Amino acid sequence: MTDLEKHPTPPASTGGFATPPAIEVRAVERVFGKRRKQVVALAAVDLTVAAGEFVSLIGPSGCGKSTLLRLVADLDTPTAGDVAVFGKPARQARADQDYGIAFQQAGLLPWRTVAANVGLPLELHGASGSERKARVAELLELVGLADFARSRPDQLSGGMQQRVAIARALAERPRLLLMDEPFGALDEITRERMQNELVRICRETGAAVLFVTHSIPEAVFLSDRVVVMSARPGRIVDIVDVPGSSHHRTDDVRDDAGFFHAVATVRGHLHGAPTDAAPGSDTR
Amino acid sequence: MSVVAEATAKDTRARLPIGDLRVSTVLAPIAFGVAVLGLWELGVQASGVEPFIVPAPSDIWREVLDSSDSIAKGARVTGTNALVGLAIGGVLGALVAHAVRVVDQMTVPVVAAASVVPIVALAPALYRMYGGQYDTTRMLVAALSVSVPVYLNTLRGLRQVTAVHRDLMTASSARPWQVARVVTLPTATPYVFTGLRIASSLAVISALVAEYFGGPVSGLGKSITTSVSSSNYPLAWAYVVGSIVLGLVFYVVTLLLDLWFSRHHPEP
Repeated sequence: MTDLEKHPTPPASTGGFATPPAIEVRAVERVFGKRRKQVVALAAVDLTVAAGEFVSLIGPSGCGKSTLLRLVADLDTPTAGDVAVFGKPARQARADQDYGIAFQQAGLLPWRTVAANVGLPLELHGASGSERKARVAELLELVGLADFARSRPDQLSGGMQQRVAIARALAERPRLLLMDEPFGALDEITRERMQNELVRICRETGAAVLFVTHSIPEAVFLSDRVVVMSARPGRIVDIVDVPGSSHHRTDDVRDDAGFFHAVATVRGHLHGAPTDAAPGSDTR
Repeated sequence: MSVVAEATAKDTRARLPIGDLRVSTVLAPIAFGVAVLGLWELGVQASGVEPFIVPAPSDIWREVLDSSDSIAKGARVTGTNALVGLAIGGVLGALVAHAVRVVDQMTVPVVAAASVVPIVALAPALYRMYGGQYDTTRMLVAALSVSVPVYLNTLRGLRQVTAVHRDLMTASSARPWQVARVVTLPTATPYVFTGLRIASSLAVISALVAEYFGGPVSGLGKSITTSVSSSNYPLAWAYVVGSIVLGLVFYVVTLLLDLWFSRHHPEP
């Protein structure tokens, strides 16, 4: 994997020297099953995500991108290798609530109001009532759902439910957001609008994001870097840099030449085309 | 805010399905019931069948009106026994389900086998144990019958916690009791009430049939046997009408509870 060696460090971030990277994955391997039924979900994966950086994982089904995200979230444990979040072991980072997480399904509790869903992490960690109320109001404002605080999840559209889930993920002001295909179940129009919203939210919160997706344009539009993965065994094929800061993307970028170029490069890697089809894609 | 344009929330709140009822869906069963009663009445009148074989609906209705006080009194006794049984059995079934969740694969066959045991058949033995002058046996029989469906449904409810909710709680490093309070119990609650709805008519039937095997001279079941033994067949049927009404009341109340508690839950 010579491509990987060209990316020993991520681009410089706002965090400075004192800040450890948001995610540091070293030689991680995850094998499911035993003996003959073994499936290597991830093999020899190295990845660093700087503080404030937006990194997408893209690849065919079964390439282990969700598995990698779950390892970072400490929802699963690697068979070998290390996962560090802000310089701490993943388990410690989970206990310290260093990350927020959103899944493909919004996963809201249907018997709770929108406000009670957003405030759930705060409630679990013993925040006082007034503190919780203030923070929930702030979060609902951030995702544009201030008028729906007292609604129930089943009264909201899919896109609005996903906004609530994102607000919940941001409740503890995490500096890292883990998102597993959060827009995967939305229609294309809602999806693009949600992407624009996410760019704004990332700009306003300054959180680093690890984002799993199936969509090449989505990955390119949102990310500073796109990690292209392949299946059996799951590994990183290449990491594609997207020009410009991910915090300043607008709809205009979607028609930009650099955007198309990055999309073509990612597509080339996904389809196993020779890398010289997209010259300069992985040089910085 | 750009978002608000999209924010025309649709009202999908679950409601009682009363609004969806059409006149035809209400009238058709009523018309059918009236027709059956009419045929019954005509058939009895025309053939001159003795009342001890089949009394006419009009005779039964007259007895219902004449003895409404004693029917209400019997219904109160049987109803109380069934209600206490429903409460005890419901709590018992739900608690046992929580307690044994870990080994549920082992206990389900055992409880399923136990549910085949005709619990009312235990009544004579229980009367010996608790004394024939008390209603305890009737309550116990109802409770035992109720606990089985409540147990099975609660167990099912506890298994409905979705993977995404579990992951969410793990990601929030929630403590086990927090997971129970925030996710597991609310998820299971509608299933507990579905179990109670299924068990409600069972509670009335068990409490009533248990009266056939002994105990104090009170309740609808006792009244039915007493009327039959004194050859007052229309009165016996009037008490049967009373027990039907009692069973319906139990069913409708628990049905409303069930609908209320599942109002925010998607269809299972």
